[in-house]
Amino acid sequence: MRPVLVRPVELSGVSYTYEKGDRPVLREVALEIGPGEIVLLTGPSGSGKTTLLTLIGALRALQAGSCLVLEQDLAKADEAGRVALRRRIGFIFQQHNLLGFLTARQNVAMALELDAGTAERERLARAGSMLAAVGLGDKTESRPGQLSGGQRQRVAVARALVGQPGLVLADEPTAALDRQSGQDVVRLLTDLARQRGVPILMVTHDPRILDIADRIVAMEDGRIVG
Amino acid sequence: MIALLAGRLAWRQLVSSRARLISAIAGVMFACVLVFMQLGFRAALFESASNLPRALQGELFLVNPLTLVMFRPEPVPRVRASQTLAVAEVAQAVPIYLAQTRFRNPDTGRQRTIQLIGFDVEAGAVDFPGLAPLIPALKRIDTIAFDRRSRPEFGDIVGPVERGEHLEVELGGRAMQVVGLVALGTSFGADGNAVMTETNFRRIVKERQAARTDLVAIRLRPGADLPAVQAQLAAVLPPDVVVLTQEELIAWERAYWEKGTPIGFIFSFGSLMGLVVGMVIVYQILFSDIATHLREYATLKAIGYSNQYLRLVVMAAALMLAVLGFVPGFLGSIGLYGLVAKVTLLPLGMAADRAVTVFAMIFVMCAVAGLLAMRKLGEADPADMF
Repeated sequence: MRPVLVRPVELSGVSYTYEKGDRPVLREVALEIGPGEIVLLTGPSGSGKTTLLTLIGALRALQAGSCLVLEQDLAKADEAGRVALRRRIGFIFQQHNLLGFLTARQNVAMALELDAGTAERERLARAGSMLAAVGLGDKTESRPGQLSGGQRQRVAVARALVGQPGLVLADEPTAALDRQSGQDVVRLLTDLARQRGVPILMVTHDPRILDIADRIVAMEDGRIVG
Repeated sequence: MIALLAGRLAWRQLVSSRARLISAIAGVMFACVLVFMQLGFRAALFESASNLPRALQGELFLVNPLTLVMFRPEPVPRVRASQTLAVAEVAQAVPIYLAQTRFRNPDTGRQRTIQLIGFDVEAGAVDFPGLAPLIPALKRIDTIAFDRRSRPEFGDIVGPVERGEHLEVELGGRAMQVVGLVALGTSFGADGNAVMTETNFRRIVKERQAARTDLVAIRLRPGADLPAVQAQLAAVLPPDVVVLTQEELIAWERAYWEKGTPIGFIFSFGSLMGLVVGMVIVYQILFSDIATHLREYATLKAIGYSNQYLRLVVMAAALMLAVLGFVPGFLGSIGLYGLVAKVTLLPLGMAADRAVTVFAMIFVMCAVAGLLAMRKLGEADPADMF
């Protein structure tokens, strides 16, 4: 059993300014996500949602404030520390970003290849059962080019979840999909996350999926407004 | 383990696009063949340059220290040959006369320069393949033996002689009869060779005095101590000759071509050009591979792959291309060597040490291309993924 984390994400006083910009994109942001909580982040473009997501995902170095993700203090983490933390987070992007030369199963298994303790056979088996869980049990040997947009994003969901992450970060996972398949993917993601007790922070504009959230956080001009 | 997984990823990416893989392999193969040909020519040149000293039978040789290269020898006084006999271990000292003169092609009437080699054919100091049975015939006046490995521009000499015809040719303005064939080989200094007795040599090269030879081959008695005799001879003889062993004589001849001409440099430069072209091709392939898959690479970084790991993937791809290109390049070069050797009559062939050298060069070439292409990985920023 994994230890129950009190707060997978704990942010306070986080500000961020891009090198070329003079205006800060994040100002004194504070945010907490509880265990198993599904949080939607909304707000107009340019409000700093994506920057916040990349900071929590350890894809950027923290500039100011305190940021604890999965009990890792990002203010103290170097690049190697950030890379290590990313392995414990499941990412879902606007585009599926699957490797075109690998099958669905191999793509999902890529998320496990960094774990030297797992044997190749076990990695492929886990990838297979994860694909079955997202409803692609019969597409494991297909390449991304042979799948529809919704199917590809479901492979990306499987890739994000297969490593039993402590946190899932998703950035408008429905953006590249038509409404129906977009909703299907998001519901699939949240259902699986709830079963596993994995918290999700998802940036979205899609009003149709607001009902899946435990909490909705709105951002405006670099601040959390509600 | 990590390296194996990175290698497997590189391999899967390489084979996913046949066209790109084939063009990359072709690039490496091209560089490989180019370098093999350049180094092969270089080796053949140095090899053929020493055809004559290699064919001579003798433990020691006297050469004028001013002689740069055998086809342009400085004279050795004939009396030096007799003087060597003062050393008890010397069994025989045979003067050899060298000169280049015009040979008229009996078919076209055109003249070409040929190398003349004159010596006492009975002395046994020179034993070109095929010479022994020709000795009685060569002792007749105005006769020569023709080198069957001479370039074809001298005309069809081999055919008529093999049929037993008494072929008459014009050598240095004199009519000579070809009584047989020997095998010696061309070099960059000589397109062909004609072998004859001292007497016949001077009938062609009339201005040459018998007292002026070009090279002396010395044979020692069985059991003689070679370094000791060499030192002894060097002490006895005046400084207008140097005493060389056969290896030293070969090295002397090679040194002229290696250091005294730009030929060695030209081939080295040609090899380098081949490697640069190959490197650019491999770099282009790897670079565009990364550039078109930048999002995928950034995704891998986002899910926890380090930059180091991705570098490993690029390097593995580069080194796989090295191996995949080398194998057909190596086989193709063996075929080309055979073809070119047939045309140029140069001693061109694959050598194990050269294969190892070229593989090392190709390996480094691909590794450098990989290192250069890797810099593109820095642009794969996982923060841009959202």
